[in-house]
Amino acid sequence: MTDALQVELVAADRVVWSGGATMVIARTVDGDVGVLRGHAPVLSALTDAVVEITPEEGTEVIATVDGGFLSVANDRVSILSEHVLLSHEIDLGKAEVELEEARRLLGTSNDAEKRIRRAEARIRAVEKAS
Amino acid sequence: MAVSVRELRARIKSTESMKKITRAMELIAASRIIKAQQRANAAAPYARELTRAVSAVATYSNQDHPLTTEPETPTRAAVLVVTSDRGLAGSYSSSVLKEAEGLVEKLKAEGKEVDLYVTGRKAEAFYKFRGRPVVQAWTGFSDRPEFDAAKEIGEKLIEVFVEGAEAEAAVAPGVDEVHVVYTRFITMMTQKPTAVRLLPLEVVEGTEAPAEGDVLPLYEFEPSAEAVLDSLLPQYVVSRIWFALLQAAASELAQRQKAMKSATDNADELIKKFTRVANQARQAGITQEISEIVGGVNALADAQAAND
Repeated sequence: MTDALQVELVAADRVVWSGGATMVIARTVDGDVGVLRGHAPVLSALTDAVVEITPEEGTEVIATVDGGFLSVANDRVSILSEHVLLSHEIDLGKAEVELEEARRLLGTSNDAEKRIRRAEARIRAVEKAS
Repeated sequence: MAVSVRELRARIKSTESMKKITRAMELIAASRIIKAQQRANAAAPYARELTRAVSAVATYSNQDHPLTTEPETPTRAAVLVVTSDRGLAGSYSSSVLKEAEGLVEKLKAEGKEVDLYVTGRKAEAFYKFRGRPVVQAWTGFSDRPEFDAAKEIGEKLIEVFVEGAEAEAAVAPGVDEVHVVYTRFITMMTQKPTAVRLLPLEVVEGTEAPAEGDVLPLYEFEPSAEAVLDSLLPQYVVSRIWFALLQAAASELAQRQKAMKSATDNADELIKKFTRVANQARQAGITQEISEIVGGVNALADAQAAND
């Protein structure tokens, strides 16, 4: 057992990132949570937002999740989401176009809000990473 | 000899080009199958973590959820049949369809009406030919399924299931059970058509946790156990369907590889046989020509002797 959190960031079709980390920040439906070592076991639903992982070594890992879960137990953190994108995988131009389009649809389409949230999360992730 | 040497040569040639095609298909399937297996393996962590989370919620809260509640008198069942889009995969599609037919018979015997949902053009064609209605068909991704396809299917099935649970005297014909028939990938040589009941969910509890020797931690749920369960269970269902699609894709490719390998072997066999027959025919032709020449010479000699 090392002194670090064992973090797994898992998308439906791949393991996006896994390894030891000192801190994880994610946004649940109730607000942001930060997880450090020795956190109480928790299982919470995430919203479409940015997840930040501070690994033991190397630069911060920033990713966006589309909903999903955060589960913490025995210093093991798993973040599950259908789609996970690391900041360097995000196409900023595409996210901006998507944001524009979703804003236009606001009020007419039911999932416009969701699309705005996702696009914004993506843009934020890129900004944070740079 | 009934068939001329020329015709035999033409047949050998066409068999050879057929062999080239089947051989190419075999190699393509073989290379894709590795990718399909990798995809199936890559999806495993998600399914594992999700199962852990679901069993954690199920263990620590006695929440009743529409997706886990057994209806008292199930009258209608949905069956999702996972087949391929293309043929040339041996008995792949037909064995899944046979399994599905068995299940449908069984459900009908239990007095349930059956709604069919299918993926893959083969199943679509099968039911269309027999004039049996299919509620919805998804096609075009059988050997390379995308997660979004699984999600779409999952959401649709959950929708009809929830309708069935809520409206007892249903206006819309919701279903009380959902079954999935797909082909399980066991090894490269063995794939088995399998039927499983997807909904209502039976949560497999503690398949992983007790093995580690510790009890499942006492989770706190945010915002609440119901809310977590509410968003967890549909994802769990979708992940099960995703798993079925990936398994089916790997099985399809494995069966196609096997079928194409035996087709290539058969073509080899055929070429050998035709070559033998052709050689025999050629030999027979030569023999006949020689005997004709000899006969002709003899006749000439006889005629000359008679003249002298």
